[in-house]
Amino acid sequence: MNYFIDGFAWILDPANWTGPGNIAQRLGEHLAVAASVLVIAAVIALPVGALIGHTGKGREIAVMVSGGLRALPTLGVLTLFGLWLGIGLAAPVLALVILAIPPLLAGAYAGFESVDRRTVDAARAMGMREIQIVGGVELPLGMPILVGGIRSASVQIIATATLAAYLADEGLGRYIFEGLKTRDYAEMLGGSILVIALALAVDGCFAILQRVVVPAGVRATRSRELRSRSSRPRTATG
Amino acid sequence: MTWLWSNLDYVGELMLVHLGLSLPAIVLSFVISIPLGWIAHRYAWSRGVLLSLAALLYAIPSLALFVALPALTGFGVRSPVNLVIALTLYGVAVMVRTAADAFDSVSRDVRQSATAVGYAAAGRFWGVELPLAGPVLLSGLRVVIVSTVSLATVGAVIGVQSLGSLFTDGFQRGIQAEIITGIVATIVLALLLDLAAVLLGRLLLPWARAPKVRRGRMSRAAGSGGPGGSAQHPGVSAETEAVIESAGRAGGA
Repeated sequence: MNYFIDGFAWILDPANWTGPGNIAQRLGEHLAVAASVLVIAAVIALPVGALIGHTGKGREIAVMVSGGLRALPTLGVLTLFGLWLGIGLAAPVLALVILAIPPLLAGAYAGFESVDRRTVDAARAMGMREIQIVGGVELPLGMPILVGGIRSASVQIIATATLAAYLADEGLGRYIFEGLKTRDYAEMLGGSILVIALALAVDGCFAILQRVVVPAGVRATRSRELRSRSSRPRTATG
Repeated sequence: MTWLWSNLDYVGELMLVHLGLSLPAIVLSFVISIPLGWIAHRYAWSRGVLLSLAALLYAIPSLALFVALPALTGFGVRSPVNLVIALTLYGVAVMVRTAADAFDSVSRDVRQSATAVGYAAAGRFWGVELPLAGPVLLSGLRVVIVSTVSLATVGAVIGVQSLGSLFTDGFQRGIQAEIITGIVATIVLALLLDLAAVLLGRLLLPWARAPKVRRGRMSRAAGSGGPGGSAQHPGVSAETEAVIESAGRAGGA
């Protein structure tokens, strides 16, 4: 427990809140990098995922991409881009975007795909155009899962942005590498505690958002279903 | 390629070291997750607690955990034991959810029949529930294998030798071939262990293949409830959810 006292003492030390590379600045950098990566990756992955989920085409490819990239070691991608693009922010940002795409893609297609096809058919039968179905039916119904994908992507981006401090002078990860170099465990631990707190806070925010975006109609049905659910699982019939 | 041929011994050695880090973590997390998953399945009150804890653990960035863990355990930051403990924790975080789903997937009728023909609780667990939960457990184990092997490379930046050392060394010395070798070697190792798990599954679970993700649009419309639909994402099968979750953890960090 002594170590943790040292770690928190390091965080609370006023000297670490002033001057270049202070905690507020590093936190800001970390968030700025994470947010820009999330936006870039979302612009690429969400429309593609929505298209796959809506049409059902290319699902195999999406599964392969999101599953296959899972095996890709983050550090390898980071260092490879670092070697190609040199020291600086370009390499980590690009690497982070690539690594953030799989969860976003998976969340988007799983969200759109989870919508009951009978609901979609009903919307079509009422005369909704495809674009209206995507925006007005599938998007709101699939939203919780979509947000789930954004949630895991953001947590992952925050984690990888820590590691990216290995290549760039950026973010809270700097404290870990600085402390490692100067054998200052309190600084390493303080940095780690900040990173963990940030990741859990972001995760918590998205968890709340995930609940908020459940459409009111779905929420109502779900609680009724829970009450009237029979003790035996219903068999799935075509 | 020239780099690889002249350093074949080094890469082979690192591969063994890497195996020595990831295999204990994979086995330990599997063994630990089974009782935890069973508890989550058996006692409704514990499910929320256990799965929330697992999700919380899973959200902790790996580098931060590698650094913070020694303050709890007393092992050094550079100690391989520290890395194995951290990897085990991540493995458990992934596996507990799947293990709970696996025991859920055993049909209530089968459990009642087993009791009716005279199985006591313990015998029923070993003889009926565990084998029938096998296919889903295997699918979880495969996710753990791939993520653990790739996560172990992160330890290289804090000085724990593994295939990840090829990344840090290649980056510092500017050898692109070394980094690429490291990426390929990590993926190959993950695939080999995955293959081993699948073969072991065929051997131990000859009666079942891992349940396939429901594909057809018709069947999707039909079964959103049932054991497949998880608590967090109703209507999404456990496997799709595993894809979303673990695509998140991806290569690690």
